Amino acid sequence: MLVDSPPEQRAEIAPAPPTRRAIRAFGLLASVGVLVLVALASIAIGAKALPLDQVWHGLFHDSGTYADVVVADRVSRTVLGLLVGAALGLSGAVLQALTRNPLADPGLLGINAGASAAVVTAITYFGVTSLSGYVWFAFFGAAAVGALVWFLGGSRGATPVRLALAGTAISAALYGYLQAVMIMDDAALGKMRFWTVGSLASATDTTIKQVVPFLAVGTLVALALAQPLNAVAMGDDTARALGANLNRTRALSMAAATVLCGAATAACGPIVFVGLMVPHVVRSFTGPDLRWILPYATVLSPVLLLGADVLGRMVARPAELQVGIVTAVLGGPVFIYLVRRRRTAQL
Amino acid sequence: MTTRTTTGKPAPVTRSVRTPGGLSVRLDVRAFTVVVLLLVAALAASVVLIGTGDFPIPAVDVLKTLVGDGSASQEFIVNDLRLPRVLVGLLVGASLGLGGALFQSISRNPLGSPDVLGLGQGSTAGALVMIVLFSGSANQVALGALVGGLMTGLAIYLLAWKRGVHGYRLVLVGIGVSAIVTAVNGYLLTKADIVDAARAVVWMTGSLNGRDWEQVWPLLVMCAVLVPLVLGHARGLRMMEMGDDVSYALGVRVERTRLLLMLAAVLLTAGATAAAGPVGFVALTAPQLARRLTRSPGPNLVPSMCMGATLLIVADWASQRAFGADQLPVGVVTGVLGGVYLLWLLVTERKAGRI
Repeated sequence: MLVDSPPEQRAEIAPAPPTRRAIRAFGLLASVGVLVLVALASIAIGAKALPLDQVWHGLFHDSGTYADVVVADRVSRTVLGLLVGAALGLSGAVLQALTRNPLADPGLLGINAGASAAVVTAITYFGVTSLSGYVWFAFFGAAAVGALVWFLGGSRGATPVRLALAGTAISAALYGYLQAVMIMDDAALGKMRFWTVGSLASATDTTIKQVVPFLAVGTLVALALAQPLNAVAMGDDTARALGANLNRTRALSMAAATVLCGAATAACGPIVFVGLMVPHVVRSFTGPDLRWILPYATVLSPVLLLGADVLGRMVARPAELQVGIVTAVLGGPVFIYLVRRRRTAQL
Repeated sequence: MTTRTTTGKPAPVTRSVRTPGGLSVRLDVRAFTVVVLLLVAALAASVVLIGTGDFPIPAVDVLKTLVGDGSASQEFIVNDLRLPRVLVGLLVGASLGLGGALFQSISRNPLGSPDVLGLGQGSTAGALVMIVLFSGSANQVALGALVGGLMTGLAIYLLAWKRGVHGYRLVLVGIGVSAIVTAVNGYLLTKADIVDAARAVVWMTGSLNGRDWEQVWPLLVMCAVLVPLVLGHARGLRMMEMGDDVSYALGVRVERTRLLLMLAAVLLTAGATAAAGPVGFVALTAPQLARRLTRSPGPNLVPSMCMGATLLIVADWASQRAFGADQLPVGVVTGVLGGVYLLWLLVTERKAGRI
């Protein structure tokens, strides 16, 4: 009983006329420009504001001055924000296309639950206390749960509903475990309540180096899936008739989404809303063609994430609000506005 | 009335029961059996649960005491301490199951449960404000939860309203609201000192500890009013699963029915949450479990209600047996139990070739 698109919207996606394609390509370029600006702002703005010439100096003529150290610190944070934002948006778009459910986000398939359960286990039973120590636990927790959902969801015979239900069921069980540990162990609660809101503040070069390979591979695979996923969006029968390899597409999408989201969650905690919201926003102006949705989501998600991070640093100076909180509080109303403004393009 | 289903599967075994007055009622035999079995299971588990604790009482004595034939000490333990807790559990489970089935049917999405739409988070926000900002008493927390849940429900409905409430828009708006409220909750939790945070986490898990008759009566009144009202509109709801246009053509007042049922679902969920906290995943899993047991399409309202009650009571018993009395709140176990049971059903269904 998934929300299915009405028949007229399942119709084949006509190749866009050249002018529209040009507009979309230009829009994508403009989005990249915005992303660069936001990234610069993320380096310049903070507890100590830096003028752009100092940012420039720090980026290209690092001579170890105080400002240069601040820039270096903020660069790793910004890079992590870029990577994580892109990964979350892309994995959200892939999962929504794969499950054909507008509610699909990395949380839905149990990936966040897997990562959270692994981190709480690491804290309580393995005595891990450093953030870079969480990364591997979170990543393998996410990957293990992703694989489990895939097999319980029916592996080769997986259908969107079954995948979603399997993910929900596993999340239910894992959150039960998570809460039990948090109730019995105050120390774990003390750490977990900060980890679960999601933050970029702990970014270090080590974290980035740990997750970059996974993110790179995941991004490439996900972007390559645009065409096959377009076929899947038309429904199983049509897709098969068109010669799409449903099982391979599903397995690869699931793997790519798990790797992307698992690595992102491992690096900075579960940031839930980006992966859900950005694909919807993108779809409202690109229409249902994934060849446009996926690149746009990759570029615009970091804009949202970094923008939220910058704002979080500005509103609560000299302390800061965690990026997960700002993203949701800012993005929520925008999302509702978009949903209301028009009949959102359905999947 | 036909017995054909719209799914193309073989029609479930149904019989028409005729009454002398010329009325006839359609009876889905399998669904009816499931409901009876679930009720028996819930009541049996309740009796066992009443007998469980630091002072165990055999089932026979429990039954004797319930009909007013036990010793004074047993009477105190059963009637004053354990019975109200079990009743709260049954009522909360039933309300959550029914509320979940209503929301999933209205939004036409198996994930469109109150948890996902943000009602649970709304109640949590109300309760967290009371706990973290005012260090309020248990009653104040319950009141905060009730107000938070109702306000969130109202906000979702108003924000989703645009010449009618479309199921898809309702779900998306619900998610948006839910994300905002969840973020606020996370913020409140990071600002709390650790004692308040620990109390908040227990509340957020959902617990039946220390519930007494004070919680039973409001819940009972709520269910007594809302359940008949909801069941009276079940036919319309079933039609609405075919889409607004079709059901409108079939004579269902779509908007009115939807508003009424949504209001009922919000009240049921908020009331249950105020009494026991946002017990996780009952509203999400109970309707799915019920649907798989009855194998019948449609909202499955009564089976979901019975499933919710059974699930919560069994979970409460399991948590007391496994971890000792009042160690872990029931919400921990409902998640594990409901999740694992749903997985098991998914796996067996696949083996049996049913989806």
